[in-house]
Amino acid sequence: MLLGLKQVWGLLLEVAYALVHGSWKVSDIIAQIYQIGVRSQSVVMVTGAFTGLVLTAQTYFQFHKFGMDTLTLAVNSVAMCSELGPVLAALMVAGRVGAAMAAELGTMRVSEQIDALRTLNTHPVDYLVLPRVAATTIAMPVLVCEAVAVGIFGGYTLGVYGLGIDPIYSWANMVNMTHVKDLMTGIIKGFFFGGLISFTGCYKGLFCKNGAEGVGEATTDTVVISSIGILMLNFCLTLILSKIL
Amino acid sequence: MIKVSGLHKSFGTQHVLQGVDMEIQTGEAAIIVGRSGGGKSVLLKHITGLIQPDQGQVFINGVDISHLEERELLKIRRDMAVMFQGAALFDSMSVGENVGFYLQREGKMTSGEIEKKVAETLELVDLNGMQHKWPSDLSGGMKKRVGLARAIIHNPSIVFYDEPTAGLDPVVSDSIDHLIRRICDIRQVTTVVITHDMRTVRTVGERVYMLVNGKIYLTATPDELFASQDPVVYKFVNGISDSEDVLS
Repeated sequence: MLLGLKQVWGLLLEVAYALVHGSWKVSDIIAQIYQIGVRSQSVVMVTGAFTGLVLTAQTYFQFHKFGMDTLTLAVNSVAMCSELGPVLAALMVAGRVGAAMAAELGTMRVSEQIDALRTLNTHPVDYLVLPRVAATTIAMPVLVCEAVAVGIFGGYTLGVYGLGIDPIYSWANMVNMTHVKDLMTGIIKGFFFGGLISFTGCYKGLFCKNGAEGVGEATTDTVVISSIGILMLNFCLTLILSKIL
Repeated sequence: MIKVSGLHKSFGTQHVLQGVDMEIQTGEAAIIVGRSGGGKSVLLKHITGLIQPDQGQVFINGVDISHLEERELLKIRRDMAVMFQGAALFDSMSVGENVGFYLQREGKMTSGEIEKKVAETLELVDLNGMQHKWPSDLSGGMKKRVGLARAIIHNPSIVFYDEPTAGLDPVVSDSIDHLIRRICDIRQVTTVVITHDMRTVRTVGERVYMLVNGKIYLTATPDELFASQDPVVYKFVNGISDSEDVLS
């Protein structure tokens, strides 16, 4: 436990040092943004769309009983912006990207590729960790925005064309009740979730045990730790950001 | 010059190195032999700064590297190269990208110059025109050659080889041994080979260090090693297990 904390702290310091003094390259970060951000778009957008649809449907079923149909899309919009969009997008990215990072770096470790990097005048943090952490931290807020946009669009489409909610009042309520701070909350959460996912994946990969079992364990641990971490961090950020913004 | 002084390393209750002392002169082709699991690779990792000792020091050209930070070690390693036992090629890169990795990261050459240098280095290890192959397409011997090309592309003055012929058939092993010898002669580099293959000792070695029970048991020329009547050395050289009484 203490060794683990020491390793986490050491890696955090090393990433911070590498950001300022390391020999990382912008091209490495761009390549990772493509791998992490661009290639995660489909899974994040599908998640956002279906979350928006089901949230709209369930909200409508309850609000309809009290004649509050036109508030349905406002609830969908606020929830998607500040909570469901960032959390669900991050959980999907943790499963897709975090696991892949742990597996890739873990395999490199057990096959001595990381030792080879070290002998080729390349610091593993500069070449492997920093570009991944930076790329995920940059890409995640954009992915959150996409999930939110698709979720709201899906909810609007279902509400107006499927459930017969009045489009004019619904739109007005949605715009009135959704504030910039709701979207900012989601974007800021995405930034932190991106850092958490990528750091966990890199840490677990770099320090995984030997053999295929070690790599498998690192991959599983990454998804579990990232997922629980996202939910816990989300709660903390919700409280903190509600005070700040 | 490489100097190892009083090197100790344990993993849990297993004492792998128990006071290794040795000196390898500049330009020498040194062979470190010993039984499997005897700590040869651990010793190599200490000399290259990949792991840190519990006790003792490692000097590379007069600099004690045993407790340097990783970023300081990177500067020392600019003058070194390692060919790993399993080649350790980057499997997400082509052969050409693997070989040109150091120069590409260094950023001092144009991509055209790097391509030219890669082609020249691949020619040196008899792998002309293999730039576009992938590591998964290569045989064990070819992977080791690519690993060697990747290691020497920046003209290091010290080259380390970890079990260069392990897992290869005798013919390919012989070609790797001659390749190591050729690079040693052409580039005038200090060569350190970890092996238990006696053919490598004959072909490459100028001085042999035998590691037994975590210490250097013998320092000799290859001829002296093969002529030795010391029971431990004799058994090792002739591949005789402990259950047989050799001298009787």
